[in-house]
Amino acid sequence: MSYEYESYDVVIVGAGHAGCEAALACARMSLNTIMFTVSMDSVALMPCNPNIGGSSKGHLVREVDALGGEMGKVIDKAYIQSKMLNKSKGPAVHSLRAQADKQDYTNEMRRVLENTPNLTLKQAEVTKILAEDNTITGIETLSGAIYRCKAVVLCTGVYLRARCVYGEVSNHTGPNGLAAANHLSDSLKEIGIELYRFKTGTPARIDKRSIDFSVMAEQTGDEKVVPFSFTNKSEDIEKDQVSCWLTYTNEVTHTIIRENLDRSPLFSGYIEGTGPRYCPSIEDKVVRFSDKDRHQVFIEPEGNYTNEMYIGGMSSSLPEDVQYKMYRSVKGLENAKIVRNAYAIEYDCINPMQLKPTLEFKQIKGLFSAGQFNGSSGYEEAAAQGIIAGINAGLEILEKEQIVLDRSQAYIGVLIDDLVTKENYEPYRMMTSRAEYRLILRQDNADLRLSKIGYQVGLISQERYEQLVLKEQMIYAEIARLEETIVGATKEVQELLIKNNSTPINSGATLAELVKRPELNYDLLEPIDVKRKKLPKDVTEQVSINLKYDGYIKRQLRQVEQYKKLENKKIPENINYNDVNSLRIEARQKLTKIRPISVGQASRISGVSPADISVLLVYLEQNRRVKNCERNME
Amino acid sequence: MKTNTIAAIATAVSNSGISIIRISGSKAIEIADNIFVSKRGKNKIADAKSHTILYGYIEEQGVTIDEVIVLIMRAPNSYTCEDVVEIHCHGGILVTKKILESLFKNGAIPAEPGEFTKRAFLNGRIDLSQAEAVMDLIKSKSEYALKSSINQLKGSVYTKISNLRREIIRDIAYIEAALDDPEHIDINGFGNDLYDKTKEYINQLEDLLKSASHGKYMKEGIQTVIVGKPNAGKSSLLNILVGHEKAIVTDIEGTTRDIIEETIQLDGVCLNIIDTAGIRNTENVVEKIGVEKAKSYVESADLVLFVMDASRQLDENDYEIIPLLKNKRSIILLNKIDLDSIMLSKSEIEKITEKDVIEISVKEERGVDLLKTYVKQLFFNGEIEFNDQIFITNERQKNAIRDSVESLKQVLVSIENQMPEDFYSIDLMNAYEKLGEITGESVGEDLVNTIFSEFCMGK
Repeated sequence: MSYEYESYDVVIVGAGHAGCEAALACARMSLNTIMFTVSMDSVALMPCNPNIGGSSKGHLVREVDALGGEMGKVIDKAYIQSKMLNKSKGPAVHSLRAQADKQDYTNEMRRVLENTPNLTLKQAEVTKILAEDNTITGIETLSGAIYRCKAVVLCTGVYLRARCVYGEVSNHTGPNGLAAANHLSDSLKEIGIELYRFKTGTPARIDKRSIDFSVMAEQTGDEKVVPFSFTNKSEDIEKDQVSCWLTYTNEVTHTIIRENLDRSPLFSGYIEGTGPRYCPSIEDKVVRFSDKDRHQVFIEPEGNYTNEMYIGGMSSSLPEDVQYKMYRSVKGLENAKIVRNAYAIEYDCINPMQLKPTLEFKQIKGLFSAGQFNGSSGYEEAAAQGIIAGINAGLEILEKEQIVLDRSQAYIGVLIDDLVTKENYEPYRMMTSRAEYRLILRQDNADLRLSKIGYQVGLISQERYEQLVLKEQMIYAEIARLEETIVGATKEVQELLIKNNSTPINSGATLAELVKRPELNYDLLEPIDVKRKKLPKDVTEQVSINLKYDGYIKRQLRQVEQYKKLENKKIPENINYNDVNSLRIEARQKLTKIRPISVGQASRISGVSPADISVLLVYLEQNRRVKNCERNME
Repeated sequence: MKTNTIAAIATAVSNSGISIIRISGSKAIEIADNIFVSKRGKNKIADAKSHTILYGYIEEQGVTIDEVIVLIMRAPNSYTCEDVVEIHCHGGILVTKKILESLFKNGAIPAEPGEFTKRAFLNGRIDLSQAEAVMDLIKSKSEYALKSSINQLKGSVYTKISNLRREIIRDIAYIEAALDDPEHIDINGFGNDLYDKTKEYINQLEDLLKSASHGKYMKEGIQTVIVGKPNAGKSSLLNILVGHEKAIVTDIEGTTRDIIEETIQLDGVCLNIIDTAGIRNTENVVEKIGVEKAKSYVESADLVLFVMDASRQLDENDYEIIPLLKNKRSIILLNKIDLDSIMLSKSEIEKITEKDVIEISVKEERGVDLLKTYVKQLFFNGEIEFNDQIFITNERQKNAIRDSVESLKQVLVSIENQMPEDFYSIDLMNAYEKLGEITGESVGEDLVNTIFSEFCMGK
């Protein structure tokens, strides 16, 4: 029997990485917020890999931080190893990755959540979404309690009708045996939401004491740690770091897998969900890349206070006995004791094309969603959507304009635009190659790109905002100074150039010109830059990058200018594409289904041609003029 | 608002008396000025008032392409409400296309189907009641354009471009996979390999651009000039060629210049014979219009037929013409071999001119057939396959190849400057996208799909 219980502004369903960011954003925007979780033990849980960041995912974390989110701050506390990847490559692809102490991460996030004003945590399974006239009115829990609210953010992760499978064993639970949420799917279907079934997997955890590290290659962290959060400085977060270890599978491993493929639920068809190609199980790898005689295996600690080690690269859903044989065939794992078996997990998620780029459902006002529920994968992708969904739920209640980050502003923008615009048949993972303007979307300038927005919505403090403005001014001033400062062909200058294998100059050159030379950089020029003032490291870093890659950055900015033209042409929500006769039928159907907010978004829908876009532009102009005429008549 | 500057031929593409090329956009005037030289060399389009006309020449690298008048219409008082320049030139498909191409080289881009009208509408020039018509126009024109460009692409060019794209996307995927999973995939040193590969891609694309001129000859004919001293037999030759084939397509007297185009078919190869007034009247080209003018005809021609009189010694007229043939596709026709008193031998002339020499007798209509074989040899490497060998002929396609080559050259620059690998993939991707415009394939998820199918990655 159901009964009215309490009223809130916002209900967050789920307390994973998306839910945490969404809840904190709403609460910090002074909205009365409640976050439900099927189990308090699953708050901010890292059920798969014990690390945060990595290529492009590191960018997402920095962007979340720049908007005023929590993930970066928490991992800066909970990390046990930190590494900047791709350091020898261009600044656009430098990516930060940290190994986490999983328990510390969870504890730290819970500490923040439980001490945030306006935020209530509640262990209960949400079973129904209540809506009237296509507008959210509340939710109901398994016990029948009704919580009235103005907005709901669904962040159910992998918990909806979750099923964990290995070999012939199948458990209807979420990860780590935590309770699944089995009722909500039906309620979602009732209100017209289309569901997909996806799957993902995780490798075994093995007892550290049973591993022979002496035959593996040690992987250490960086000496100088770069924090994820712009609010931290390197020296604030330095600590002793732990190592990861590298080993390989071999032909024996592959033979064991091949001989037991028929016992894999993935190949027998027992698992029906679609898995990600970028995170294949070891069975998948062996089958699809049969010419490879070995695959890398990363042994990563799960934390400082546990002996469990994560066996990266070997996720699997083979039966337990095969898992033993398989892992023990790997060099260094001959005596491995498995603490937790590898398994695959299947879950309900949505077709994210039902969402607006604000992450609100098109057909239900006040219903938002984020994270794996939206068909993405990864902690970072989840957090990124969580903060946007939270902010927009808040802005909607506050009756303010919601935010949409575009593809030239943030990886978050690319992520969400891809999800809501492109057909997606597997869990979506962020990659730097998906960002067409990545030279400007660097991890080092996320604050310059996004913190003003974070400030406007109320997630970034006045103090942090003022620091940012100051930083910006210092960068511009220093670039201008270097562009104006001319050094002559003096003995000192020439000597410095020759010392650094750079061609001597014939006549005067600006310092900016010299910084641009591949063999030189900002720091090297200090001896001949007499008027240089000591500037903070993050300022000189921006100065360097902006000057050094000036030509490429300017080209990309020109592309952005082109892109923005169509992006800024908004499409009215009530447009009826059937009125636009000259659109091809395929385009008309796709546009009707996806209902893009801008002509730019429309142009990225597969099946919409450049000619359709021209037609659409003419139609919109026609409408605008008709409206103008009507207004003049009144 | 800044817009791209578009250009297109506004009149029907045929050998009509006059053709109009229209340019519209914020750089229309600047671009037109780059190729226009006024009669006295003093007037710039940029200085001209709106709705005025300038008279002069279109030049490319110092060579005059045509004599034209230019109409200037400044924003907003033009069809598109943007700056518009119209170039009125002397018809003829080749000249018109050459001018258009020259505009593209100077920064204009090919207009989309219906784009002038679209701009006119978006900028408020066209009445609201015509909106439906504008949309239909865009639809039908783009369908037509798509059909015709795909028709042109069957066969080897399509395969070539598809293969190139496949290679390029694999290079990108390799770089991107390594960036995504740096502890797994190592690309140190890939720059060197990529440098050689990219050079090869550029070569292949430039070959395609060259073949574009094959296609052009097939479609539009070979611009041919007949030269020779008086009484060498030029007009008789023309008459035989025309008479034989009885296929004069156009015969329009230019209104403002002394050129006539005769189009004749030789075994499916089309020769547009630029008949200087001299030839028709059996007067001496060199005498009448001077060596300078003959030179300009020769320069703009694809093929020069030099008729020599075998019964007379070479004289100063001949010696003035011979140097003009250097670096020109040309054939020497040694006429009057039916006469008894032969003063010139084939081998002697071959030595002097370093060109192919055919002995003919216009009077007896001997040897003329050989001309066909030689023309084919010169222009199509001896082979013409009418149905399966289809060339790049479309301006848009050519433009896309040129853009692609530019992007690939940028890759070379990045490698030379030792930029990190992620910079290469940016320009490789541009090249890939541009080539996709030719084959009509959009990029979509190509890269991500290639990364996942070619490289084993992930946890």
